Amino acid sequence: MSMTRGEGVVVEVNELRMRYGSNDVLDGVEFQVHHGEVITLLGPNGAGKTTTIEILEGFRMRSAGRVSVLGVDPAEGNEDWRARVGVVLQSWRDHARWTPRALLTHLGRYYEPYSTPERSRPYDVEELIRVVGIEEQAEQKIRTLSGGQRRRLDVAVGIIGRPELLFLDEPTAGFDPQARREFHDIVHRLSDLEDTTILLTTHDLDEAEKLADRILILAGGRIVADGSADQLARRVTRDAQVRWSRNGESFVHATPDATGFVRELFAQHGDEIADLEVRRATLEDTYIAMVQQHETGHPETAGAAFEEVKT
Amino acid sequence: MNPKLHAIRTGLDRGWTEFKLSLKSPQDQGFYLFTSAGVLLYLSFNRNNEVEGTSLFYPTVALPSILGALLVFGLVIGPAYSLAMEREDGTLLRAKAVPRGIVGHVTGHILLNTLSLIPSFLVILIPGAFLFDNMMQNGWQGWVTVAWVVLLGLLATLPIGMVIGSLVPGVQKVGTWGMLPILVLLGISGIFAPMQGLWGWVQTVSQVFPMYWVGLGMRSAFLPEAAAVLEIGESWRTLETVAVLGVWAVAGALVAPIVMRRMARRQSGSQVEAAKEQALQWVR
Repeated sequence: MSMTRGEGVVVEVNELRMRYGSNDVLDGVEFQVHHGEVITLLGPNGAGKTTTIEILEGFRMRSAGRVSVLGVDPAEGNEDWRARVGVVLQSWRDHARWTPRALLTHLGRYYEPYSTPERSRPYDVEELIRVVGIEEQAEQKIRTLSGGQRRRLDVAVGIIGRPELLFLDEPTAGFDPQARREFHDIVHRLSDLEDTTILLTTHDLDEAEKLADRILILAGGRIVADGSADQLARRVTRDAQVRWSRNGESFVHATPDATGFVRELFAQHGDEIADLEVRRATLEDTYIAMVQQHETGHPETAGAAFEEVKT
Repeated sequence: MNPKLHAIRTGLDRGWTEFKLSLKSPQDQGFYLFTSAGVLLYLSFNRNNEVEGTSLFYPTVALPSILGALLVFGLVIGPAYSLAMEREDGTLLRAKAVPRGIVGHVTGHILLNTLSLIPSFLVILIPGAFLFDNMMQNGWQGWVTVAWVVLLGLLATLPIGMVIGSLVPGVQKVGTWGMLPILVLLGISGIFAPMQGLWGWVQTVSQVFPMYWVGLGMRSAFLPEAAAVLEIGESWRTLETVAVLGVWAVAGALVAPIVMRRMARRQSGSQVEAAKEQALQWVR
């Protein structure tokens, strides 16, 4: 079981299709997730992110294609498989009369028979309450928790069984910036200390960039991009934008070799250069270009159109 | 440890926790007080009516029947409402997301609904003992009969509630598919008055369903042998009671797991999300 990061495929999706009536929501989705990775599934609303993740969780039947999660087809995943997978659900008003401590203790007990020497299950409830930061609310009725506190409890419930693979669908929807940062810390901690593979959906680009080892962009029912934030940006354009001012006048120049250009600039003008700024294409630029192209149905021209926009 | 047994044990703990929470909840306390007050008031108004053909007063005859009706009502409507609600609010999805969580969840439901009979009976039996004379006419043998009628009634009706809760499209529909039929059965099952006054076919219909038989069984437990003259065939028809309730119990044990498994399979986050959206619209 001791695999290092990057080895071993935890999730494998081939030719995944989902059809509702005559509408193909997923049209040949393909990707892999490796052991220990944090993957973000990014895409516009209605792109099929939730559908994809629910198929992987075993909560929804697919129309066609091959899916393997921890070596098992989730459509046939048994309870032993279920014990290895964590799902963070968006709670709403369930268990209103319970306290977080009682609920976590109760749900944790279901994992006791699945404890192994390598992975003792469940998580210690008190430690978990500390990790997600709801010590103060641990004895309050869940009904009285704020939205952010509830979501932390949701995360705690999702990881109570010390999952090898964790799914999170829009985990930070409705978070304030502080709660969002704290949530990001939890994800990093899980990934680093618990060796948990994590797949999450979001439509927040900043979040995708901060959390993910790798980003998958889902648009038009397919994975249209797959790589780190940096790789994706470079796929759209290799040019960086250099801005500066000289004698109160502003200049902009796009170049694939920003370092060389700036060196040249200083060699020529030295101290006259002010307000220097070098900007690579951001994930946002990439994302918008890719999604737009797929929505208008010309995926092959995505890169080119982006160049035009920039000049 | 056997994982399935472990899940059942965890579910029993869940049922016990839910029961304690229910006793502490003002909403449930209100419900118990309301039914208690309603039933006792109704019986008190009729306390001096002698039942024709016997030397018994109306409350003595009606109280066992009402207990039977409360049992059926509680065990059908209770789980129907809570299951329909739990499908919408994500409780069931949570159970589904943990290993053998559904087994535990259902176990918890069964224990909770069984235990809930205790307060709903006590709030009527205890004040009833002070208000009306000679409630229990058959001594300890009567209580033994109460025990098996309750147990059989439980097995016969609880699965019905679970099936309704699994099949209704939403919480609002429990009224149509659960409450309405139960109220109709309440009217035609000889709970408030002997049903021989009704048309023959109505009597036949009501004798298909458990409510009549639970009521009859309870009367046989509380009332003297002589009161059997009020019944169809002038007998307590104990064998028939066991047979009809037994058939319902077996049918329930066969059908309910299939229906619930199918319902649980279809639970997903987007379903809960859709229910939430809809519920929020109701609020607006």
